[in-house]
Amino acid sequence: MKTLSAAERRRRRSLFVMATLAILCTILFGLLQKSGQVVTYGFVLDKEWVLFQQWAIGSRNASLLFGVISLGASALAYVQFKAGKTIKVASAVGSAGIMMSFLSWAAAGKFIPFTGLLQGALLLSVPLIFGSMAGVLSERSGVVNIAIEGQLLAGAFVSGVVASLTHSTFMGLVVAPFAGCLISTLLAVFAINFAIDQIILGFVLNVLVYGITDFLYKKLLIPYQSTWNSGPTLSAIKIPFLWKIPIVGPILFDQSIIVYLMYGVIFLINFSLFKTKWGLRTRAVGEHPTAADSVGIKVNRLRFMNVMIAGMVAGLGGAYFTVGGVGAFNKEMTAGKGFIALAALIFGRWTPWGAVSAALLFGFADNLQSVLGIIGTPIPSEFMLMVPYLATIIAVTGFVGRVRAPAADGTPYKRGESH
Amino acid sequence: MSLELRGITKSFGALVANDSIDLKVENGEIHAILGENGAGKSTLMNIVYGLVAPDSGEILVDGIHKTIKEPRDALASGIGMVHQHFMLVPVFTVAENIVLGHEKSGFAGRLELGDARARIKEVSDQFGFDVNPDDLIEGLPVGVQQRVEIIRALIYDAKVLILDEPTAVLTPQETDDLLKIMRELKSQGTSIIFITHKLREVKAVADRITIIRRGKVVGNASPTDSQDELASLMVGRQVELVPEKFSHVIGDPVLTVKELTIRDITGRALVTNINFEVRAGEILAIAGVQGNGQSEVARAMVNLEEYVEGSIIVDGAQVIGMSVREALHAGIAFVPESREYDGLIASMSIAENLILDVHDRPPYAHGIQMSPTVVLAEAEKRKVEFDIRLQSVSDPISSLSGGNKQKVVLARELSRPVKLLVASQPTRGLDVGSIEFVHKRILEERDAGRAVLLFSTELDEVLALADRIAVMYRGEILAIVPSGVTAQELGLLMAGVVNA
Repeated sequence: MKTLSAAERRRRRSLFVMATLAILCTILFGLLQKSGQVVTYGFVLDKEWVLFQQWAIGSRNASLLFGVISLGASALAYVQFKAGKTIKVASAVGSAGIMMSFLSWAAAGKFIPFTGLLQGALLLSVPLIFGSMAGVLSERSGVVNIAIEGQLLAGAFVSGVVASLTHSTFMGLVVAPFAGCLISTLLAVFAINFAIDQIILGFVLNVLVYGITDFLYKKLLIPYQSTWNSGPTLSAIKIPFLWKIPIVGPILFDQSIIVYLMYGVIFLINFSLFKTKWGLRTRAVGEHPTAADSVGIKVNRLRFMNVMIAGMVAGLGGAYFTVGGVGAFNKEMTAGKGFIALAALIFGRWTPWGAVSAALLFGFADNLQSVLGIIGTPIPSEFMLMVPYLATIIAVTGFVGRVRAPAADGTPYKRGESH
Repeated sequence: MSLELRGITKSFGALVANDSIDLKVENGEIHAILGENGAGKSTLMNIVYGLVAPDSGEILVDGIHKTIKEPRDALASGIGMVHQHFMLVPVFTVAENIVLGHEKSGFAGRLELGDARARIKEVSDQFGFDVNPDDLIEGLPVGVQQRVEIIRALIYDAKVLILDEPTAVLTPQETDDLLKIMRELKSQGTSIIFITHKLREVKAVADRITIIRRGKVVGNASPTDSQDELASLMVGRQVELVPEKFSHVIGDPVLTVKELTIRDITGRALVTNINFEVRAGEILAIAGVQGNGQSEVARAMVNLEEYVEGSIIVDGAQVIGMSVREALHAGIAFVPESREYDGLIASMSIAENLILDVHDRPPYAHGIQMSPTVVLAEAEKRKVEFDIRLQSVSDPISSLSGGNKQKVVLARELSRPVKLLVASQPTRGLDVGSIEFVHKRILEERDAGRAVLLFSTELDEVLALADRIAVMYRGEILAIVPSGVTAQELGLLMAGVVNA
């Protein structure tokens, strides 16, 4: 038998996990389910929240159907794996089947607004995606960015206040990146120029932003709420034609401008990181800074620049909380999303698309627990709350595979010191 | 192209790494710079390559002054360098590594690798390198990685190529190939600066030799000079390169290893089913290129490896399952591969490092209280016995040179009652004088009737010390041969060739 590479072993392991889950779902939710109840899925095609079409199916049959689909996908993935082909599509279908099989069982006898579920999932993923993109930019160049949380919060605060003062969501969006950039510049100065421990530094910066925003919130935003903290919010824009695509259209193309900016950021970062000179150099200084230096690349200057851009991306993500959401700033309103973004970054193996997938998964689990909480299901919603974190722990402890950070991530570079 | 250095001086704090060094490399010659570790060779070359700024001195290329502040300046002046630790990003392809820093962009900033691929193929074919531009670096053997570095220098028109300790990581066969490549490059007009402390290679390939000792040029030599002459110039006194070894009676087996398999955390076997024994008064050397499982076997001898199957019997006792402490006190002396990380505690004093193994027992400690005076007195005693050069035994261990650190490790390990000495790469990175001491000491242990298990990647060391030699290749013992084997046969075995 030929020996498998680490990546192949990892793929085989996740294939195995998927197949096991598919079998479990088919048996538990399909064959063993006694309920003769009906589950109803609702799809929005026309106006928001107006039901256009619904699909009612027996809960047992649905679980069985999706279980069998996931089994089929697992088998296909195995065949492709053996043939040495990529198993991404089959895995995606398989995972979705497993999820749907579970959902059909959990929501037996209930109604599920399917489009709303996914739309909400995407919305909840927005700050996670911006945050993890900031993480990709900074960590790929070798600077650990624990301060994503602080950058998000700073972006949220500044954009909320500016939008409120100027009565303009546009101004709110414009200033948000600079707020994030301010925090990340602090990170860059101390981490790169003074070689301070980056984990501690990131935490301190988060606490700093928490402190400053709390203080200003109490002393300024609450007393003078009508002028300082009652900003306008962005409304959803439908992209002509695209939004009419069944199911995905309303989810992807009926969103606010900040979500469209996010699409752009993802594609731009992914392209730049792997296809441009800047990307090659960024990855080089994150993996082997001495080698980059020896061919004339200014390691610390490039890192500094990347950390600043990372701050801008996270700051823009912060605007989602205020101008992109409720309008008003609230104390500590990022609520740890920056840390979950960090988890998505690691779960996604420091690649843009990996991080996006992980962020979407976390957003979906987050929204699923609230939807299931509302309609009432056999599973305690507290358990559902655990899912994103559980998934992260499993990912990070290497069950899904050993996660490899950029080799020089977190290591300050000084010429002549490293080996 | 010729390269001239005049009065290069560089100090790091109180240490003068380069003291007014003059050097001239002529067009199309292989110029060896010979010196011990820490003599200042690497600093000098890092100055030439723009990685370190000199305090004073000047660099002339073809008689013209050059200001070299950055590696970029060096490349522009036609100076290329192959570093001791490769300057290649492991997760990049060959082509990506070569274009790094000199990228060409096309539409929308998209990276263009086509030209680079073609150039790599061209140079690779010209010298018979067999390098594929699309291979990932981390999957390539070190010898090939080195060729990638050479190709890079050639593609960027290096007329003077600096090779910094290029053979340190190579197998004997790869070394021979490299020497051939060097001659080939020279015949095509490239000047080469060859930095090394290996006398045999210098004699084989160099046109001229400059010897550096403690930051100063101490003289020039010709490749026709004998190895002993070169060594004494390098060290500054007469040295015995090959220690004297007497034959004597070999006793009963002390160490018996049976069906030993060692795995890593993922379950992959790093060492597969190996068997050997070492008798009293015998040195068994385990030879092999770095990374063929020797390190794991060495660590397993004191039960430092986690996933071990088989048996390791020392003097009738099973080591597997013992704690490290029990193994050490069962009569095993252990000199680890990395003395900096595994052998010593950098922040502790020399005296404390000397009694790490027995710090909790009389006379050094009574109950929970230690006796510092006894510790210091013992340290003074061992300092004399092992000729450790130091200012005060209370100084931190980090104040010592590599050779003296190794003497501290030896002093600690050999002060227990010992039946088996396990020494892993005991002379790596040491100067000639310290190597001489360590070799003598190992032979003394053998002559006193102890079993010695020596792990080494150095052919000369293995041949000089061993009574029998086991060659490891890809986690297995390929063969166990008597000490009379030639360097060439041993080299082939280390490369995995069995019936040559």
